[in-house]
Amino acid sequence: MSFLRANTADEAVQLLAEGARPIAGGTDLVVGARQGKAPLPQNLVAIDRIAELGVIEATESHIRIGSGVTHAQLMVDPLIVDRLTGVADAAALVGSPATRNVGTVGGNIMNGSPAMDTGAPLMALGAVAELRSIEGTREVALTDLWCGPGRTTARPDELCTALLIPSPRDQIGSAYVRLEYRRAMEIAVVGAAACMALDAGVIVSIRLALTAVAPTIQEVTGLDVLIGERADDKSFAAIAELARDQAQPISDVRASDHYRRHTVGVMAQRAGHAAASRANGDLITVPVNRALGIGAAS
Amino acid sequence: MNHTNVTLRVNEVDYPISISTERNLSGVLRETIGLTGTKEGCDDCECGACMVLLDGQPINSCSYLAVQAEGCAITTVEGLADGDELHALQRNILEAGGVQCGFCTPGMLMSARALLDRTPDPTDEEIRIGLSGNLCRCTGYARIIDAVRTTAVELSN
Repeated sequence: MSFLRANTADEAVQLLAEGARPIAGGTDLVVGARQGKAPLPQNLVAIDRIAELGVIEATESHIRIGSGVTHAQLMVDPLIVDRLTGVADAAALVGSPATRNVGTVGGNIMNGSPAMDTGAPLMALGAVAELRSIEGTREVALTDLWCGPGRTTARPDELCTALLIPSPRDQIGSAYVRLEYRRAMEIAVVGAAACMALDAGVIVSIRLALTAVAPTIQEVTGLDVLIGERADDKSFAAIAELARDQAQPISDVRASDHYRRHTVGVMAQRAGHAAASRANGDLITVPVNRALGIGAAS
Repeated sequence: MNHTNVTLRVNEVDYPISISTERNLSGVLRETIGLTGTKEGCDDCECGACMVLLDGQPINSCSYLAVQAEGCAITTVEGLADGDELHALQRNILEAGGVQCGFCTPGMLMSARALLDRTPDPTDEEIRIGLSGNLCRCTGYARIIDAVRTTAVELSN
């Protein structure tokens, strides 16, 4: 085994081209290896101290989140909390303070778990992954990135360098809500993220993505029927129904398929409600899970 | 097995060691360096008994590659006391009755230390979040939280 440290993204992609595999916080990779799920790659390149990957910035058209940004950074960054609130909701729920200190958004996305927390809000906000290799850079929408549990359409020599999110318009709100049995070191039983733009209480645009009810994070389709409707309980109930109809949950140690199907509707309804409230300018502190009292009582 | 030469800086002491790449930090701290205060509970990132500080931030050392910690300041529970004088957190967790079997205590102390360094006057909710990655199966947490609160007050005076 070899272990090298890259100081720039260029160095990292060069080493990936030579067969190395990236490690950032190692919160999936090392845990997985110790559990015997998958051995550590033979050749590792550490990317956790590449300064250019740790930057969050707003351009005219996009908000760009470097892949090395940690969950601890994401959950308090003013730009994320203010404009991409659902992403902050998700980051604040990942693991524990220890996990959030070293775990990165790029790692969360590229690990490809259907239960990842940041995936659904990023998908609902229309995020695109920036993938870089020695051959160049390409952009892949999250809707095209995941192709199964733990699988992506990225090549092994490609490094995710950033997530690009189209700049949200002013009256937009987003939220991520998950069902959890414990308030820390927990994996989503199910989850839902909503992104909604309103004009005088009427839905102008809406996207919804679901966590842990399909082989990958799943976008809900057919929400266009809600455009022009008021963001009220009737619309939130319709969101829940669409989520339940389209979920393809499995039964496992964490929950049965029919429990997941039911609760993902509840989560979708709550995410829709919270996103609409935020679009109206109401302040719901991050993470919305705490405001809603989900998880064990404190 | 390929070995790598690294120097780990633990509690302000440099340890030049030769270790294989895949070894976790908690194992190296305990077995190679001999600092056994850090505990391994679940080895699965669930329990927090292995919590150490990396540049002041808590991490689960059971699931962190030791080679990756080179260049960072590592703090373990052995680094809390000043000679024979216990850190206020250690004294208060003893006085509050926040230690029973003691297995979670080193990890609890490290999470609490990082919390108080960052948030000198935490609310109870902030203490609970700060300790949320640490499991204790004996105390029911209340007295541990009391000890952190007492320490915060003590250190701020």
